[in-house]
Amino acid sequence: MVAQDAHAHAGPQGFIRKYVFSLDHKVIGLQYYFLALAAVFVGMFLSLLMRIHLIWPTAVLPLVGAIKPETYLSLLTMHGTIMVFFVLTTAPQSGFGNYFLPIQIGAPDMAFPVLNMLSFWTTFVAFVVMLAAFFVTGGAPLHGWTGYAPLSALPSAGPGEQLGADLWITSIAIFCIASLMGALNFITTTLDLRAKGMTMMRMPLTCWSWFITAILGLLAFGVLLSAGILLLLDRNLGTSFYVPLVVVNGQIMGHKGGSPLLWQHLFWFFGHPEVYIAILPGMGVASQLVSTFSRKPIFGYKAMAYALMSIGILGFMVWGHHMFMSGMSPFSAFSFSLMTMAIGVPSAIKTFNWLGTIHGGRVRFQTPMLFAIGFVSLFVSGGLSGPFLAQPVLDIPLHDTAFVVGHFHLIMGVAAIFGMFAGTYYWFPKMFGRLMNERWGRVHFFFTLIGTYCIFMPMHYLGMAGQPRRYSQFTELAYLHNLIPLNKFITYAAFVTIGAQLIFVINLFWSLKKGAKASDNPWEATTLEWITATPPPHDNFGGRTPVVNHGPYEYSVPGAPRDYIMQTDPVTVLTH
Amino acid sequence: MATLSPTITIKDPKTGHGGGVVHPPISGGGDDSRGGNGSPDYGQRLRRARLGLLVALAPIIMLFVSFTSAYIVRQGLPTLDERTGTYVRDWIQVNLPTALLLVNTLLLIVSSITMELSRRKITREVALAPVKSIPGVSVEEGRGFPWLGSTVVLGVGFLIGQWMAWRELAARGFFLATSPSSSFVYLLTGTHAIHLAGGVLALLYAGVISLTNKPVEVRRIVVDITAWYWHFMALLWIYIFALLEFAK
Amino acid sequence: MGLALLAIIWLITFVSSYFFAAKTWWLPHGASASAHWIDHQFALTYLLMGIVFVAAQGALGLFVWQYRDRGVAARKSDYSHGNIKLELLWTVLTAVLFVGLNLMGSPIWAAERFAPAKPGSIPVEVTGMQFAWYFRYAGADGKFGATDPKLMDPSAGSEAAIGLDTSDAAAKDDVVTGTMYLPVNREVDLTLRAVDVIHSFFVPSMRFKQDAVPGLAIHMHFTPTEVGDYEIACAELCGLGHYKMHGMLKVVSQADFDSWLTAREAEKQ
Repeated sequence: MVAQDAHAHAGPQGFIRKYVFSLDHKVIGLQYYFLALAAVFVGMFLSLLMRIHLIWPTAVLPLVGAIKPETYLSLLTMHGTIMVFFVLTTAPQSGFGNYFLPIQIGAPDMAFPVLNMLSFWTTFVAFVVMLAAFFVTGGAPLHGWTGYAPLSALPSAGPGEQLGADLWITSIAIFCIASLMGALNFITTTLDLRAKGMTMMRMPLTCWSWFITAILGLLAFGVLLSAGILLLLDRNLGTSFYVPLVVVNGQIMGHKGGSPLLWQHLFWFFGHPEVYIAILPGMGVASQLVSTFSRKPIFGYKAMAYALMSIGILGFMVWGHHMFMSGMSPFSAFSFSLMTMAIGVPSAIKTFNWLGTIHGGRVRFQTPMLFAIGFVSLFVSGGLSGPFLAQPVLDIPLHDTAFVVGHFHLIMGVAAIFGMFAGTYYWFPKMFGRLMNERWGRVHFFFTLIGTYCIFMPMHYLGMAGQPRRYSQFTELAYLHNLIPLNKFITYAAFVTIGAQLIFVINLFWSLKKGAKASDNPWEATTLEWITATPPPHDNFGGRTPVVNHGPYEYSVPGAPRDYIMQTDPVTVLTH
Repeated sequence: MATLSPTITIKDPKTGHGGGVVHPPISGGGDDSRGGNGSPDYGQRLRRARLGLLVALAPIIMLFVSFTSAYIVRQGLPTLDERTGTYVRDWIQVNLPTALLLVNTLLLIVSSITMELSRRKITREVALAPVKSIPGVSVEEGRGFPWLGSTVVLGVGFLIGQWMAWRELAARGFFLATSPSSSFVYLLTGTHAIHLAGGVLALLYAGVISLTNKPVEVRRIVVDITAWYWHFMALLWIYIFALLEFAK
Repeated sequence: MGLALLAIIWLITFVSSYFFAAKTWWLPHGASASAHWIDHQFALTYLLMGIVFVAAQGALGLFVWQYRDRGVAARKSDYSHGNIKLELLWTVLTAVLFVGLNLMGSPIWAAERFAPAKPGSIPVEVTGMQFAWYFRYAGADGKFGATDPKLMDPSAGSEAAIGLDTSDAAAKDDVVTGTMYLPVNREVDLTLRAVDVIHSFFVPSMRFKQDAVPGLAIHMHFTPTEVGDYEIACAELCGLGHYKMHGMLKVVSQADFDSWLTAREAEKQ
């Protein structure tokens, strides 16, 4: 037996070192996860208010009162910003990734634990600053999560565009720094801390997705930071990076010669990789679960890894497809659109491979798998509206309509969230030693799957009919009047779906204490987290280092004693 | 309607102990940067820190790539004249205090040299550390030249020099918001200065911990990483200076 | 459970596809020269993507039911890491489909956007500001006169709203209105301007959209082909009044247009 090194393996003592400023990646992962959980409830509440206002614009609501058009736009801005940054960029990557990347590669922690702890608390500060925007004079900004200049650069262009907008930009800048710290850790850890035998091509696809997502973040967040710096300078120090000569409410502003399109280029250079940051970890989880619960190796592991890489690389070359109508050169539009169609190819490969994994398998329907199956369905639906928008000529009628809103919500607002749900139900037993309730999990799944389709599929029809985005009400344009009934249907579906999420939250917290006790490997899965004690000890493997002999998806191997071979099982007669 | 219960016999995940799973073979050592005898593997820690720095340089490069592309594009972009509806060029060349900036560049290059000498000095100290711990052996330990301190002085000198350059620019009528060209000058040089100041803080930290009991290997990692960062900052400055001088 | 999933997935697929096929909510009737081509490309895309949608969701639903675990006595899963030939096949097919679709739509985009308006088109300047659209006609001299931000005053009428500088000779015959009139079957050469923030000039029936960006004067063109009234919406978030920044495009016969314009010019005197 190897001598235990007390210094290496003793955990910290004391509440503050153990739970607040912990250096343990597992604690930090949970901190991120619960931050995202709080954020998603704030974001959902905002969207509920939005949906209510859209169909009852004059209603006076309890607590919030009447919602003015500018308030609607602030709700919309903060909904998007909080969801994209503090939910979709946080839970799948920093939440699950922090917890499980080191374990799945056989490491005792992340490469830089102190940096890890700092990256969480920086994210937390960013969140507080963001929420502060609601409470200052003028309120939260109304310029949308995309913050196009000059609207976002001119304090007089609308309510909320004063201190609220400065806080918004500052929060995002802080978030950039936090993300870059996290990306640094993920990349170094993946490259340098893999256990013996854990080659890159034996890593679970979750690890691939976290790795590539981190590279995307590393290269994209610096550009967002630069965009934000220029915006703060324009707003506060009189520069004119983004603002040409403009007249607001009869006042000539002191700017000259700036380019609004510069903001769009910088923002979307970040913004497009950002949406891949939001979805790639979900794809990793989907691959993991589809394989495990079909008792079958993932179809085309190498293709899946290369598809993730291609999506990552191509993701940096398509940002102009957000700008087809912007006044950008139509020739650039053509090349961006070709690249955008190209990026549909690796996404399609992944979908075929998920289907290919289920085909010929023996599918088990526990809740994690339900959400993985839901992910595949939603990814298909959300993905297929992409080729419409990718063609500039079709973008002419569809840009800035509800069609786009439906498209990105199906992918980011539902599929990515399903990835998070799947990860939660799947890894809950390992993190907490108990199982979440299966029956309530199924209820949650069916309500959410049907509910979200009811909310977001109709938006495609509304967009084709010409309903623009970001309208606070549909009372002014005649052709929008007969779209109001369908909008009502969406709002009712939203009520039900948001209500169903309470089932999830109650299940989560109830199961922490009262859930059925779980074994170390309740799903009979093969990857390294399932060999640890439950929950894993401070250094993950109890003072020992795993040695890896197999790939991550060795299910139903002919001649094996049972239908799964763990990655650390001894090398047997199998030649794989 | 079809029932919602699963049709397989293994209805619920196993609640007992993992079903006879063979626990993984174990082996000693580990990836927590510790050698077989329990002491930290500083060589591995250094390599890991260097890898981390390399990764960290990527977003800094992206920040300056962003600024550069905004600069180049803005230079070529004409502005709409509201009156006539035609486009006119409005780029004004900034009158840079080139001589002063050249002096600053020299300071930074020399500081890179002192930084490198400091790095090599502490590398030697680390190599000699095991020798020094042999009882009865004494190694001549001169104080040596304070390379680290010199780097701090030169670095601060550079920052002061940049401050003077900004004062000179202002005296020549070029403030942050005077023109797009002046905005970019302040933006690029200011952002670089902030990053360099971070490097100075790292050097001060290395200096402070040399007064504590931390092992020389730990100090070496701090100095080594700061050194590579410092050299990068020098190269970055040369790039920025060249951009502003030649792409006016 | 497998059956329930199959049923739900297939039901969702069927209902979604039904409303697409039935065109219950659909693109409004197209009334411009390009509408036919854009709608054709739209139909092609939607047919092909529709087939993929039904096939993929159908397969998903089918497989989760067909390959459900039927208990210990059932057959084992196939042990396969994939199939390179199949991967290559569907990769190539997907690439051909996506890139092909895109290339098919490109000539339409080129016709709309690569070339400027043809000679003989009627020049109209569209100016967007918080929260209204103004339309300027060049008058007999065919030239747009100078504007000056210092002269902008929306409360003093449409000409003042865009800051028309009446000391400029070319500006004297410019007509500025809040309603857009266009003669049918004649190409319009639009110049899009914005005064404060980004707006977007969107006429669904014309299949036309273009952002109006401060600091730019963007040239675009389209040809209305049917007489009628068509609503104009703003399609880029521009502030609290974004939802009510709308206008009206009235397409009339050339004769009616000429008399309307003459009447407007007479009013200015």
